Amino acid sequence: MAQPLGRLKESASQTAGPYVHIGLTPNFAEIEGVYEADLGISMVNDKTRGERITVTGQIFDGSGTALKDAMVEIWQADAEGLYNSPAEMRGSADPNFTGWGRSPTNMQDGEFRFETIKPGRVPFRDGRLMAPHITFWIVARGINLGLSTRMYFADEEAANAEDPVLARIEHRVRVPTLLAPRDGNGYRFDIHLQGDKETVFFDI
Amino acid sequence: MSVLSNSKPETGSFFQRDLGWHPPAFAPQYKTSVLRAPQKALISLDNTLSEITGPVFGHNILGEFDNDLIHNFAKPGESAIGPRIIVYGRVLDERGKGVAGALLEFWQANAGGRYRHRKEGYIAPLDPNFGGCGRTITDEEGNYSFRTILPGPYPWPNRVNDWRPSHIHFSIFGHGFAQRLITQMYFEGDPLIWKCPIVDTIPGREAIEGLVAALDMEATLPMDARAYKFDIVLRGRRSTMFENRLEGS
Ligand SMILES: [Fe+2]
Repeated sequence: MAQPLGRLKESASQTAGPYVHIGLTPNFAEIEGVYEADLGISMVNDKTRGERITVTGQIFDGSGTALKDAMVEIWQADAEGLYNSPAEMRGSADPNFTGWGRSPTNMQDGEFRFETIKPGRVPFRDGRLMAPHITFWIVARGINLGLSTRMYFADEEAANAEDPVLARIEHRVRVPTLLAPRDGNGYRFDIHLQGDKETVFFDI
Repeated sequence: MSVLSNSKPETGSFFQRDLGWHPPAFAPQYKTSVLRAPQKALISLDNTLSEITGPVFGHNILGEFDNDLIHNFAKPGESAIGPRIIVYGRVLDERGKGVAGALLEFWQANAGGRYRHRKEGYIAPLDPNFGGCGRTITDEEGNYSFRTILPGPYPWPNRVNDWRPSHIHFSIFGHGFAQRLITQMYFEGDPLIWKCPIVDTIPGREAIEGLVAALDMEATLPMDARAYKFDIVLRGRRSTMFENRLEGS
């Protein structure tokens, strides 16, 4: 026998269920007057530094059907590669950029949408620079534990080629599932939960 | 920010998530998971800055009634129908430390088991004074509380006769984006807990019991509202980042 470590166990996850929009984007869910605005709807203002981009996409299930009841959150660095977070010790991020966004997938075609800026590069654990990327977290009915992935920018070929996280992916044929192609003024990041095009998800 | 200003931010990696404790993605008793479960192995990634950082929500985002679902959708002078309850507890991490400044968002059905949602098909009526969402932020020690009505159980399309136990959905932000969690709170003594396919996605009984709030008669307000205590545990973290930082970087 030894002394107990006295650690607690993380609360078990449960699905967000079909009505996650009531809780997290109530104005979108037509429950108006409780909150002034849905959190995470706006990431930028007119003083935000960096290249404005729109990130859109859909989330497809194993039958190819887009999820209309999902909720997507993103977290990213500012244009200089700094996070707007107390744990960011390298400097002060752009105060006019939250870095965090939340979007429901809509009831028409299941599209999510973020008006944001292109992030700068952030160092990996060993100091090498990661390629610009946006962290995604996806919850929905039928998803028992939120899914984590990253969107990279397909047109950042040189940076992507030296990215230490992309380098972790053994099956190179899967890397393109994380590369969002340019689409007008923004980038398109479609997510596939299953099948040949299954998106790489991370255990972070 | 103000709630965190007295403590030095922590920057260590989060403890590895115990995926055998959480429900697996593929849980066929919960039919919707079948086509929504990734089939390939997750790629394991020791935390980088992108995971150990996370957004902060200040108390200034909160409205006066955000933590009062009995009144936050009700007409002036009216209140939601149903057994009045207080839900309170602490947000802790796996080291047992209180998590200050954690944003909690919650949503639930009304006392009849009906959600206020366009796609909701249950015959139980809407309550004109109940919206079904609320939020709060933990104090310096990780404490939170809110007031609501006891949600009703409801039937749902899975097998022909599946019913959800009474529950409140919770979304929690800790200090790092890797701590992000959504779960559900159940109520002590509800026999439907042990018949629910969604509860059953959790492999172990101990993990399920960790989601069952306890009736607390001492915290109950006499002649007003019963109290349920529900603590939430987020991932713990190592004390410093870059313990194994490579030379020359
Ligand atoms: Fe529910």
